[in-house]
Parts: sequence; structure tokens; C-alpha cells
Amino acid sequence: MGSQGGFGQSKEFLDLIKSIGEARSKAEEDRIVINEIEILKKRIIEPDIPKRKMKEYIMRLVYVEMLGHDASFGYIHAVKMTHDDNLHSKRTGYLAVTLFLNEDHDLIILIVNTIQKDLKSDNYLVVCAALNAVCKLINEETIPAVLPQVVDLLGHSKEAVRKKAVMALHRFHQKSPSSVNHLVTNFRKRLCDNDPGVMGSTLCPLYDLISEDVNSYKDLVVSFVSILKQVAERRLPKSYDYHQMPAPFIQIKLLKILALLGSGDKKASEQMYTIVGDIMRKSDSSSNIGNAILYECICCVSSIHPNPKLLESAAEAVAKFLKNDSHNLKYLGIDALGRLIKISAEIAEQHQLAVIDCLEDPDDTLKRKTFELLYKMTKPSNVEVIVDRMIDYMMSINDNHYKTEIASRCVELAEQFAPSNQWFIQTMNKVFEHAGDLVNLKVAHNLMRLIAEGFGEEDETADSQLRSSAVESYLRIMGEPKLPSAFLQVICWVLGEYGTADGKYSASYITGKISDIAEAHSTDDMVKGYAVSALMKVYSFEIAAGRKVDMLPECQSFIEELLASNSTDLQQRAYELQSVVGLDARAVESIIPMDASCEDIEVDRELSFLNGYVQESLNKGAQPYIPENERSGASSISNFRIEHHVPSGHSLRFEAYELPKASVPSRPPVPPVSATELVPVPEPTYHTEFHEAVAPKLSVSGTGSSEIKLRLDGVQKKWGKQTYSSSSPSTSDSDIHKTQNGATKRDVPSSLSSKARDVSYDSRKQQEDVDPEKQKLAASLFGGASKPEKRPPASHKASRPNSHAADKSNAEKSGPSDGGAVKASPQPPPDLLDLGEPTSISNATSVDPFKQLEGLLDSNEGTTAPGSSSSTKAPDLMSLYGDTSLSGQNIGTANLLSTSSSDANLISDVSHAPDRNGHGTGSAVTLSTPLSKGPNTKDALEKDALVRQMGVNPTSQNPNLFKDLLG
Amino acid sequence: MIKGVILMNDKGKPRLVKFYDYHPAEKQQELIRRLYGVLSSRAEDVSNFVKVDSLFGPDTRLVYKTYATLHILFIFDCSENELAMLDLMQVFVEAMDKCFSNVRELDIVFNFNKVHAILDEIILGGQVLETSSSEVVKAVEEISKMERAANSLMAVPSITG
Repeated sequence: MGSQGGFGQSKEFLDLIKSIGEARSKAEEDRIVINEIEILKKRIIEPDIPKRKMKEYIMRLVYVEMLGHDASFGYIHAVKMTHDDNLHSKRTGYLAVTLFLNEDHDLIILIVNTIQKDLKSDNYLVVCAALNAVCKLINEETIPAVLPQVVDLLGHSKEAVRKKAVMALHRFHQKSPSSVNHLVTNFRKRLCDNDPGVMGSTLCPLYDLISEDVNSYKDLVVSFVSILKQVAERRLPKSYDYHQMPAPFIQIKLLKILALLGSGDKKASEQMYTIVGDIMRKSDSSSNIGNAILYECICCVSSIHPNPKLLESAAEAVAKFLKNDSHNLKYLGIDALGRLIKISAEIAEQHQLAVIDCLEDPDDTLKRKTFELLYKMTKPSNVEVIVDRMIDYMMSINDNHYKTEIASRCVELAEQFAPSNQWFIQTMNKVFEHAGDLVNLKVAHNLMRLIAEGFGEEDETADSQLRSSAVESYLRIMGEPKLPSAFLQVICWVLGEYGTADGKYSASYITGKISDIAEAHSTDDMVKGYAVSALMKVYSFEIAAGRKVDMLPECQSFIEELLASNSTDLQQRAYELQSVVGLDARAVESIIPMDASCEDIEVDRELSFLNGYVQESLNKGAQPYIPENERSGASSISNFRIEHHVPSGHSLRFEAYELPKASVPSRPPVPPVSATELVPVPEPTYHTEFHEAVAPKLSVSGTGSSEIKLRLDGVQKKWGKQTYSSSSPSTSDSDIHKTQNGATKRDVPSSLSSKARDVSYDSRKQQEDVDPEKQKLAASLFGGASKPEKRPPASHKASRPNSHAADKSNAEKSGPSDGGAVKASPQPPPDLLDLGEPTSISNATSVDPFKQLEGLLDSNEGTTAPGSSSSTKAPDLMSLYGDTSLSGQNIGTANLLSTSSSDANLISDVSHAPDRNGHGTGSAVTLSTPLSKGPNTKDALEKDALVRQMGVNPTSQNPNLFKDLLG
Repeated sequence: MIKGVILMNDKGKPRLVKFYDYHPAEKQQELIRRLYGVLSSRAEDVSNFVKVDSLFGPDTRLVYKTYATLHILFIFDCSENELAMLDLMQVFVEAMDKCFSNVRELDIVFNFNKVHAILDEIILGGQVLETSSSEVVKAVEEISKMERAANSLMAVPSITG
């Protein structure tokens, strides 16, 4: 095989590269490479391959991998090659492994030993090769293995080795600061190294260290200044010159370091003035590297304590940059200007024209940098121009990443400096029209909030003007095609909230428009959700105002469509709308007050108004509520369970828990459900029943029993569990439950008998196991809230029946409250009883929309935090707000009900409700609560507790599963 | 710190790829493809800087320069100076030029272990190590010499083996 030069390759390799080079398509190249891989796979395992050949194979592997193909079959051979004594082989091996492997790769462990040995080698080239590898391949765990050697090398006789050792130590510090913290003094020591190269390389780690902790390095200011002085005065050997500049890279690093040290420190800064001024004066602006130093000086001047003279020369330098033809220098000029205007804003004014030029430059990089500058210098007087420019530019580019960035900047500036409401609304409309899909959803929510809150002044008329102009502009704009979803959501929300507020537009006009939107975007569930909520708001405002509601036919059909929607969220919204429309004016007003999206909602976290009711229920034998602190603490609970629970013969529970876990990966909430109270006659009941009787009954969704079966059916199908199917009649649930209750009752006086506790803990514990964080989050009375979010749909179904049973039994116990509920709700379905329950019980969000919902809420909170106008009450407000905007129908209930609960609960409320719709029972669910506030909430509470003990997790359903069942 | 050095030809074919942070192979290919997209969208006679925060995270920049058919790309964060990077690139090219006397794209293809050796002398672990091309060449030549010596020693056994 003919070889070429010192790094010779065989003809085979040359041919390979040649044919790849000549490949006309990616497919052809891939074919060649794959063929090559096949050859290498065969060759590389042949016995007794000559070293030279092996080296070449390894290089070919590197080449193949560089082209994007997997060469992992050869990694081990590269590793082996590092063990070779031959320097060339070793270096090839090290090169290959540093390119192939990352620091956490399994094979690293095979290299560490070799590295250790090589670091001690007499041949400094071997040491250098090993240090190279150290930088790439050593991770936190393996640092201790090589650290002593690397530290020793800091004193090596060869400066090349010392340099690399410093770098390696720096790398360690980057990867795991704690493991080398005791060694950072070494960097200070090396700063005084005889060799300027070594000194220069210590500047890198020192820069990092100083940027982490400025104060412990203030003492070095003098040293750095004197080093810089020496460098600038050409005291270093000629070999450090680069294009006639003395060690420019060292100068740049030093200036960066001084900028850090002098920032906000007058005393330190004063020590630097002279040298920085000198360097600026002496700088050679004809060479690239001279300008680099000059630029670095400007950065330094703008960072340290301001000095008028230096600022002046910095401004001059900036002017020079901006006037230069080179785009690179213009770019740096704009960047430097952005730094200087922080100190003195008037500097920018001198360069107005140059800035405008840069803005119109064909160079995208320069343009962007200029927009960054404009963004920094925006004030009320120029906001209109700048934002308009930004929007124009935003419309002209395709880079989504940057589009997003610039859109959010526009929004930010508009919010901060908007001169008028009209302008603000128009600007936002433009942003949304052109980048609505890119901007964060929270921007949309911000906009809704701003429209709702106004601009923070107490001027109500201005706020309502803002709203009217928003409504008007939206009515104008909404007909345009291809509006982004987020914008449509805003439009729907605003139309719903304020469409009829100023009396200019009739309800039928607004509702017609809203249903137009919904119709035009029939594939977007989010928009439809907003639309139906908006409709509900418009209608309820009408009702509250005492006007008769005439639903337009298109609205009617839209709602009907949603009633049968696959999305439980939409279903719920539709059902709620239906029932709201049926209520009287007073009731509607309290559910959906006019323009109340920003009102504070008073929260009685103690739910003290329920005390009487609780007492009454307890007297009747209800299960007492177990406070949060007693419930939390998973470990103690588990102990508890082991000690008390198992002996008491509930071991069956365990089985029930474990199995679903296996089959359904996400979480096994259901089994716990039944486990809690039904222990003696557990789920099997349902399953059998399901088998035998359920199927025919499936269609009869109205009755409780069929419902139960239906769901169980789903469960069983999903899990395919034989263990579950035993033979007790389903009716026994309630019986069991009753007995259980009886037991509890007896126990109650003696302050929560262990048994009662066990039971409830158990269900609790399940939840905790699953998601302790959620648990913490939803720390409220309705604490069921902490139920896991990701549940297998099957489990939802399973849980349903239980809850049902629970409700039933509960109903039996708490008659009076039921009565109240019935009265209150317009459509009293047979199981009205459990109306309250879902709301109070918590969040099981498995359905997508709810996740989104949650995301929205979260992001909302996020937005408020970074200090927009109304920061004080922001978090609270936001969460409420989020609730409103997303599911207006819930506002009344959710807020009232969830009084004591956290955000999570809000979410859970929302998410929860759909579940009921799924059953066809639920339209009145949420409504009933606010109407008969006191008792009913309590009822809900009670039921919740009960249900929780039963381990029921009412959750949303999986529509698909449902479909399956129905055939 | 410097995050990566890439040499690619004007058709987007990588000639040398070195990332100082680990990226899995597929990610590397994706990055190379997108960087090539960025480069080809740049007009001539504009600045050599591009912000690439959409590819490499916030505040990462790219400096590129084209030598005949070869693009050289340096990707780095805010702790480096753009113009200085441009000069570092110059150092790298000068060093290659001295090693291969009039470096061409093919030299890099056929000797890319040597190119790696050169680069490793200039940048170590993402930090600038050496900025004098003659120093770099000296170091690399020394390595070549040692390697040749080692090879000739090993020559006999390796042929018979």
C-alpha cells in the first residue's frame, strides 16, 4: 500500500475519499460510506492487523463518523489503540476517542488508567496527548483519578505542558467546581509563571473564576494592570507579537478581566484608567487585531466606573468603527454603542445617521445588532418609530427563532411605552397577525390582562375606551384569513368579555361574529373553547341585564356540535353554557359578573362558613377530615400502613395496587381507589359484573349502575386483569361503604381511629407516592387535589364507579344538603348529589386541553412576575385570570369552591368537570355550588372526603376508550 | 469559550468537525446542515459574524471565513471577542499553510489527523492555547518527527506482524 508522507494513507482510503468527494448526491455518498463501514467492520476484527493498518482503519472510522454515520463498532479499537506504546498510535487513539466518546461514555473507564500512566510519561508529547484527552474525556467522577497528576504537571519543565495542565485544571473547574476548589490558588501562582504563554493561559480560568466571584480577586487588580502595562509596552519576547501587536490575545483577556473587576468599583477602576487610556491611544486601527483590542477597551470603559476622558475617547473610537466600510467594524461599533449608551445616552444621538444606515444595511447580522441597540434605547418618545420598524422587519424575515424574539420585544416595548391605547392595540394586532403562532402564549394572556385591567391608572373611561377600541379593531380584523390561534383566542375572549360592554354592538351581532370565528376554525379546539366561553359570557351578561336571550341558529348549532364533541373540555363548556342560559338573572350575575375577570376574589381559606355543616355531618356519621400535616410525610405513612394496616386484614390492597402499575406505566391510581374502603369486597365485583351484565347496558348511560359497569369494563379491558374479577355483586359497594362508615362513626369520637386514618391515608399515600410535588402544591382542604395528573385512562373509568358509589352512600347520609343542591340546580339529574364532588376533588388531567390549560396558568403567573404594571396582586390575580379566560364558565364555581385551594386546584376544577359531562350527568355540576353556596360546598367537601377515602379519582375520560366500549 | 470549530467545503460537506461540548452524532450532523444553511444565506461582502443562538443557545456567535472552497467556522460564546476570533482563524490557517505549504481543501481531507493536531495546539478544551502560528507549527513538526521516529522503529515488527 502506497503511503504518503508522515501521515500516510493507503490507496484504499484515498479512493474512498475521492469517491465520496465525487458523489453527486447524498444518497450516493451514503451508499459509499455504508459500504465502507461494512468493509471496516470485517477488517477491523481480523487478527494481527499491522499497527499502521490499524491506525488507518481508525482514521477511516473517524472520517465515516464525521460524515454522520455510526462507527460505534470501532470505538473499542480506538480505546485499545490508546494503550499502544507507539506515540503515533497513541495519538491516533486519543484523537479518535476524543472525537468519538463523550465524558460519560462507558468505555471511558478503560481509558482512565492509560491517561493516568501517560500523564506520568517521560515523553512530554505523550503527556500533552494525555492532557488533550483529559480535557475532553474526564468527567466529574473521574476527575479525582487524574487530578494529582495534572496538578503535578503544573510544575513541569516544559511550558507547553504547564500550559496544557492549566487548561485541564480549568476544564475540571468548569465541569465540577467543587472538585478543584481547593486548587484555584494554583491559578494565581501560575499567573507569575516565567513563561508568558503559561501566564496567558491562566487568564482563561481566572476570567471564569472572577466572573463567578469578583470580590475575592480584587487584590489582583494591581497585578493585572501591571501585566497589561508590560504587555502593551512590548516587554514580552518578540515571538508573542501578532501582526506587530504585542500579545493581543493576552491584552484582550486582561481587558475583559479588568472590566469585570472594575465594574461598580471606583477604587479599582481608578487604577485602570491610565493603562486603558494608553492602550486606546496607541491602538492600531488599521489592523484587525488592533481594532479587536480597541473594541475590548471600549467594553472595558463602559463596564468600569465611568471616567469622562476615557468615555470621550471611547465615543471617538465608536465613531471610527461606525464610519468604517467594514461590516465587521460597523457591527462592533453598534455593539459598543449599545454598551456606551447605558452610561451616557447622548452618545447615540451623535451617531443617529450611522445607526439608521446600519438598520438599512443588507447584512442581517448588522441589522439585528442594530435592532438590539434600538431596543436598548427605546423611550416613550421614540417607541412608535422603533416598534414600527421592528414589526416591518419581523414581517420580512423567515427565521422563526428571531421572529419570536423580536415579536416579544415589540410586545414588551409596546406594553412599557405605549403612547396611546389605540396605538397599543394596533401594534399588538400587527404582532399577532404576523407572529401570533410564534409568540409565547403568555403574551396573549398578557394582552387580555392588559385590556381587562387597563393601564393601571384609575381612569375608568380610558380603560373602557381601550376596550371599545380593542373590540372594534378585532371585529374589523377577524375576517382575515389565517389568523394565528393565539390571536383568535384573544379576540374571542375580548369579544366575550367586552363585546357588548359599551352597548354599541348588540349581543346577537357579537355572538354571530363569535360563532363565525368558531366555524372558520373548526379544527382548533382551543379557539372553539374560547368561543363557547365567550358566548356564555355574552349571554349571561344579557340575562343579567334583564334582556331575553335569543340564541342565533348558528350559535345553537355550534353549541349542539360541542355537546357531542370528542373533547370533554368543549363538552363541558357547552353544557355549562346551556345551563347558564337557563338560569335566572340574579343567579347568572353571581356566576358571571360583568367585567370581573380582574376582580379579587375573597378566599376564606378556613372555609369557616362550613363549620356548622361539618359538625352536623359528623354527627350524622361522616368521616372526619384529616388535616394536611397528618397526611403528609410519605415515610411515616408507609410505616403506619405496615404497622396497622396490614394486620387489620387489608393486605388485599397491595395486590390491587401493584398490578395496574405493571400494566399501565404512568400511574395506578385506580386500584388504590377501590382499595381504600372497598377492601373486603374489592373491585373484582365490578369486573365480573362487567363481564356478565354490563355490555348490554352500556347504552343506558343515565343510571348509576350501568355507568359503573361501563367504566369498569374499560378498566378490565385495559388491564386484562384476572385477579380482579371475583364475584360480589356490584350493589354491595354502597353497603360496604355504609358499614365502613359506620365503623368510622364509632371511631370518630376517639379522635380518628387508626383504622379510619389508615383508610384515608392509604388512598392518600398512593397519591403521594405518585406525585409528592403535586401533593404539596395542592395543600388544601380539597386536597384530593394532589391527585396525579397522568393517569391511564382506564383508571379514570374504574374510578368513576367508585365515586359514584361513594356519592350514593354519601347521599344516603347527608340528605339535607342534597335537597339544597337539587333546589339550586335547574336540571336535577338523579345523581345530582355528586355534583359538588368533582369540583372539590382534584386534578386529574389526562386530557390534553387540560395540560394546555395548566401550561397557560403557569405561564400566566410567569408573566406577571417580571413586573408589569400591576405586580402586587399579580400571582393571585393571574391564576384567577387564567381560569377566567380559559374557561369562563368556571369562574364562579372554581373561585368560590376552590377558596382554600391553590392554583392546582383551580386547574383541577376545570379539568375535573368534563369528566362529568362524559357521563351525561353533569351540566349543572359547577353551577349548583355557587347558588347554594354554603351547604352545597360543604356537601361537596364531605363528599370529597368520602370519595377520597374511597380512593376515587374522578378524572376526565378518554374519548377513544369510550368509543371502543360503545363499539 | 469556544464551542466548536468546523471546516466545511462550499457544498456543505464537513472536512473537519470538532465540538468542545459533546453533541451526539445526529445532532452534529443537524448542526452542520443548519450552519451550512446559515452560511449560504449570507450575502457576499457582509460581516463575518452571525448570531447563532437558535442553534447553540443564548448569546452564541459564529465567525466564519471563506478560503477558496473552504469555509472555516468558529462557534463561541460571549467570553470571546469576535474580531479576535477572526484572527485566531487566521492563525489556524497560517499554521496549516506552513505545514502543508499552500494548504488546499484536499490537504485537509487527506491529513485530517494532522489538522486535528494543529487545532489541538491552538485550542484546548475550548480555550485559546496558542496564538502564534510558528509556535504551533513547531509543536506539530516535533510531533511528526517523534511519530516518524517511532514508526521507523516499529516498522520492522509491524510489517512482519
